Amino acid sequence: MTLRLAGARYRYAGTPRVVLDGIDLDVAPGRVVGLVGANESGKSTLCLVASGLAPGSIGGRLEGSVTMDGVETVTLAPHEHAQRCGVLFQNPTTQLSGTAVTVWEEVAFGPRNLGLAVPEIVERVEWALDTLGIAPLAPKDPARLSGGQAQLVALAAVLALRPAYLVLDEPTSQLDPRGTRLVGEALAGLAAETGTGILVAEHKTELLAAMAQDVAALDAGRVALLGPAADVLADPRLVDLGVEPPAAVRLARALEAAGLADPRLLAAVEQAAAGGDDGPVEAAGVSDRPGVGQGRA
Amino acid sequence: MRGSRSASGRSATGPTASRDGRASDGSSGAADSRPEGRLIDTPPPGSEAPGASPRRLPEYVLREPRGTYHALNPTTKLVIAFAEAAIAFGVRGWTGPISVLVVLAITAFAAGVARRMVPFALATIPLVISILLVNTLLYPGAHDVIVRLGPLAPTWSGLTAALQATLRVVAFALSAAILGLTTPTDDLLSDLERRGLGRRGTFVIGSAIRMVPRMGERASEITDSQRARGMDTQGGVLRRVRGVIPLAGPMIFGALTEVEEQTMALEARAFSAPARRTVIRVLPDSGTQRVVRWVLFVGAIAAVAAEVSGRLRLP
Repeated sequence: MTLRLAGARYRYAGTPRVVLDGIDLDVAPGRVVGLVGANESGKSTLCLVASGLAPGSIGGRLEGSVTMDGVETVTLAPHEHAQRCGVLFQNPTTQLSGTAVTVWEEVAFGPRNLGLAVPEIVERVEWALDTLGIAPLAPKDPARLSGGQAQLVALAAVLALRPAYLVLDEPTSQLDPRGTRLVGEALAGLAAETGTGILVAEHKTELLAAMAQDVAALDAGRVALLGPAADVLADPRLVDLGVEPPAAVRLARALEAAGLADPRLLAAVEQAAAGGDDGPVEAAGVSDRPGVGQGRA
Repeated sequence: MRGSRSASGRSATGPTASRDGRASDGSSGAADSRPEGRLIDTPPPGSEAPGASPRRLPEYVLREPRGTYHALNPTTKLVIAFAEAAIAFGVRGWTGPISVLVVLAITAFAAGVARRMVPFALATIPLVISILLVNTLLYPGAHDVIVRLGPLAPTWSGLTAALQATLRVVAFALSAAILGLTTPTDDLLSDLERRGLGRRGTFVIGSAIRMVPRMGERASEITDSQRARGMDTQGGVLRRVRGVIPLAGPMIFGALTEVEEQTMALEARAFSAPARRTVIRVLPDSGTQRVVRWVLFVGAIAAVAAEVSGRLRLP
């Protein structure tokens, strides 16, 4: 039961350039795998390939194997991908259908596309909204939400399809710090509470430190580093790959360079870098929201 | 939470079972076959598990319309708007547009949206001004000059044609405005979809409607960012016109990029699923409305045809 890329090699239609080259990556249920790398390193393409949108919807040539729970993604129709793997992009406004009058109906858009019965749609929508703690937004107009709220609604809309995996391409890139915390906390809670496997491409390494168990660093379409988040985010080679380490790691290095490397202080900093109990998301004081982390009635 | 999800969704009523279930278990099929005018708020009797509370659509989704005109079926209001626009444009002279404007005024007051239609009427002013200027000053073949103002010679024929064209434009704008003000887009699309318009057709219409405010927002964002970089986009007409040129490129390319991302986002939400899309509530309709729709549709086309063929002679 895994989203697995094995020797995945991909190039877009009409171009000879190989954008992904021999990617081996597993996303297990309940795990959050972070994806970092410089611009043009292949993060977005990897998201498209992992979700089955490439080559399924946008074409291109895929070699190697991409499987979801043992099923090759190339054998699935787009709507079958949607029920196995949800995808979220950067821009909240393009995620929404634009035809719904309320957030409730926006979240119901996907289940309605599947032709589900009304009671089932109601159940799924309520579950998705409750899971992300955004039930109070249900009667609101989707066009009048803040960026963070809109991204959470888009996430709820994907969750209503009940995918086993989520692939997120820089879901917080257009969000302010508060919106980033909302989405980050929701994702961490989602993986922990529902067992959803999450692959998330992010530039914000602090966020990954707080929510990801594993991190892969990409370089020119290849996996350059892969391992536990604490190890990869503290790896000195990360800077050479064009990725800025979390602030705690930079602080630890600065302390070492200044000869102030007290072992207890460094241990505390390392724990913060690894997303310990006092990591950025929880410290932001938004974890008392209802929904995520509180189970379901 | 994992357990509850499995029990209620993915495994018990998994995607395939649920999709097929709509046709086979009769739950939503029954919903479609309910008496006209009833809103779906509960599952069909017997479909719930013993002891389970029925799943209801929230009130804000049911949205019972207030007022007679608001409560008309969306397709009826669409046909009314079509008939008004067809007669306003298709029947020449004063009779067509004036009679439509009278009907629109009565409808607007009856529906309680008269005041909210003012901005729509005002929005036609730039077009109206250009129509008046072009027709009054440059009407081809007109010699009945009103007054000579140097090289300009406005004519009575041109002015008459301009006023008639103005009334047509205003009538068209207001007929669309009444439809928009009394009918949520989603209701109209849902009703058209229920009548057999495919989901792609529905989406094209919905996207086109959505594009208008979105383009406005985008233009505002681009203007703000350009202003932040020192471009002067306020002030006189010439300055504003100059500001349009750097606005056009980002707007068009940005819109194209958004379309690509939105297409993928829709695919990720099962937009291309082969199942018939669920209609979550059946909007009220009646035999009388059905007759009215056909009479208006056929009547409007007949009036335009009679006018075009010269059999209808109206002032």
